[in-house]
Amino acid sequence: MDYLMSTPRKVVTVYIPLSIIVIVLLFPFYWMAITAIKPNQQLVNLDVVNPYWVSEPTLDHIKALLFDTPYLHWMWNTMLVAIVATFLSIVASVLAAYAIVRLRYRGAQWIGGAIFLAYLVPPSILFIPLSIIVVNYGLWDTPVALMLTYPTILIPFSTWLLMGYFKSIPFELEECALIDGASRWQILTKIILPLAVPGLISAGIFAFTLCWNEFIYALTFISTPQNKTVPVAIVSEFVDGDIYRWGSLMAGALLGSVPVAIVYMFFVNYYVSAMTGAVKE
Amino acid sequence: MTDAAMGTRPIPGEPSAWTRLKTNRNWLGFWFMIPAAAFLLLFLAYPLGLGIWLSLTDARIGRPGQFVGLENFEWLSDDPVFWLSVFNTLLYTGVASVFKFAIGLYLAILLNHHLPFKAFLRAIVLLPFIVPTVLSAIAFWWIYDPQFSIISWTLRQLGLISSNIDFLGDPWNARWSVIFANIWRGVPFVAITLLAGLQTVPPSLYEAATIDGASRWQMFRHITYPLLTPIIAVVMTFSVLFTFTDFQLIWAITRGGPVNATHLMATLSYQRAILGGYLGEGAAIATAMIPFLLAAIMVSWFGLQRRKWQQGEADD
Repeated sequence: MDYLMSTPRKVVTVYIPLSIIVIVLLFPFYWMAITAIKPNQQLVNLDVVNPYWVSEPTLDHIKALLFDTPYLHWMWNTMLVAIVATFLSIVASVLAAYAIVRLRYRGAQWIGGAIFLAYLVPPSILFIPLSIIVVNYGLWDTPVALMLTYPTILIPFSTWLLMGYFKSIPFELEECALIDGASRWQILTKIILPLAVPGLISAGIFAFTLCWNEFIYALTFISTPQNKTVPVAIVSEFVDGDIYRWGSLMAGALLGSVPVAIVYMFFVNYYVSAMTGAVKE
Repeated sequence: MTDAAMGTRPIPGEPSAWTRLKTNRNWLGFWFMIPAAAFLLLFLAYPLGLGIWLSLTDARIGRPGQFVGLENFEWLSDDPVFWLSVFNTLLYTGVASVFKFAIGLYLAILLNHHLPFKAFLRAIVLLPFIVPTVLSAIAFWWIYDPQFSIISWTLRQLGLISSNIDFLGDPWNARWSVIFANIWRGVPFVAITLLAGLQTVPPSLYEAATIDGASRWQMFRHITYPLLTPIIAVVMTFSVLFTFTDFQLIWAITRGGPVNATHLMATLSYQRAILGGYLGEGAAIATAMIPFLLAAIMVSWFGLQRRKWQQGEADD
């Protein structure tokens, strides 16, 4: 019915409201970016120049962030934890999803339901007992604590998502292979996985961004500043008493967002189909 | 491989135990489930139980607790800060969810028009959801700064206010400020998911309705809304659940202040358990969230079931 709309009418009912919403959604990023390159005196004296613009951009904040703080170290920690946790989760999820969808063993339905419920258990009610478990296993203040606890957030979603992908692969392919004498493991690695690559990519991206986003476990289980992940470090390490280093804070927030934004820009279509695919399940 | 090959062929007599383990569906299912089950049992199910147990003890950091029954809960029921956090959590969840749904649905409908650069727009809209919450929360922290807030500056320039707004210093201002940030973050998820739902509605339904002379509102009410209901139920369950248990946005912007005005149950439980060292009490606050979560899941689940039953649909 779109074609029934005249252009001026479309401007008023679609383009204007859409622009307003998009501007509001993007403004905090713009503000972050512009603060990160503003000289200090422009940051605190709004009357010198229009604060919406920057007259003498400087890279001082970014330089200070990269070279005077352990920022690169935090990036490395976050990356390491995210990659390991994502890898572990995807392996576990592929096996679980294949078993639930294709082996249809006794109780598979119930296990599938249990995994869905696991996704609904929020980290904010688990972090207290988990911190005790982490201490008891001697994992306190190590990245291993995060690598082992993040999969509990990642596995339910990835399994659910991969179940949808596996269901869409024709069963006949598998039957032929079974008749030819392939084992289940061979079917999984040689037939199912190559066909499920888009699903694996979207599950991987989702898992990776969830890791990058995770906060409460990293805040609770890690205490040494060196070992922190980017989100936690930025919130806790940039405030000297009452003095907020806004320039560096914003530069840190911006640089911390960039890796995720880049990964996701490349794969946005997988991402959207993954989210909606999972919802449709 | 030869073993496996044998397993699929009819073999005389009983297959060996090893063959059964490798080919029997139930056993195979069991092996395949082990990695996922191990993670979920060790780091999800066990802590969930341990958390409930802890809420019945007086554990502190560095000291295993004694069983004290419901003492923590009795103590909390007399604690005004706890009730304030319950109130804040309900307000935060209620207001934010309503706005997320309304704006998200509106945005989805807008994005469902024929627009130039559609894929690009969709990518941009999703950004607030993708960027780590803490990092965008820091941007809001700066936007809400008492002295250098860009909002105050703009309103002052426009002559609408004479002095800066104290966004995070006043209890109600702080509440609305964090709620706004939460809505900002949550709208993209709702919008993009509903957009995908909208795209599955067959255009022929709208064409038929147009011929019958239906208004845009009638089309929305009688075509779009019923067809979207299942997806709405799922999205809103998630949205409510994640808003209710939110921690990081509050922690990054206000840490529960001013004077506990923005403490959610999750942030209060962190403060009492980890910063205060009273693990038992913190666990009791976390445990107190469980009934609310179950209620939210039940409502949307049964809402969804009833809807399906009314439409006589076997699947969705």
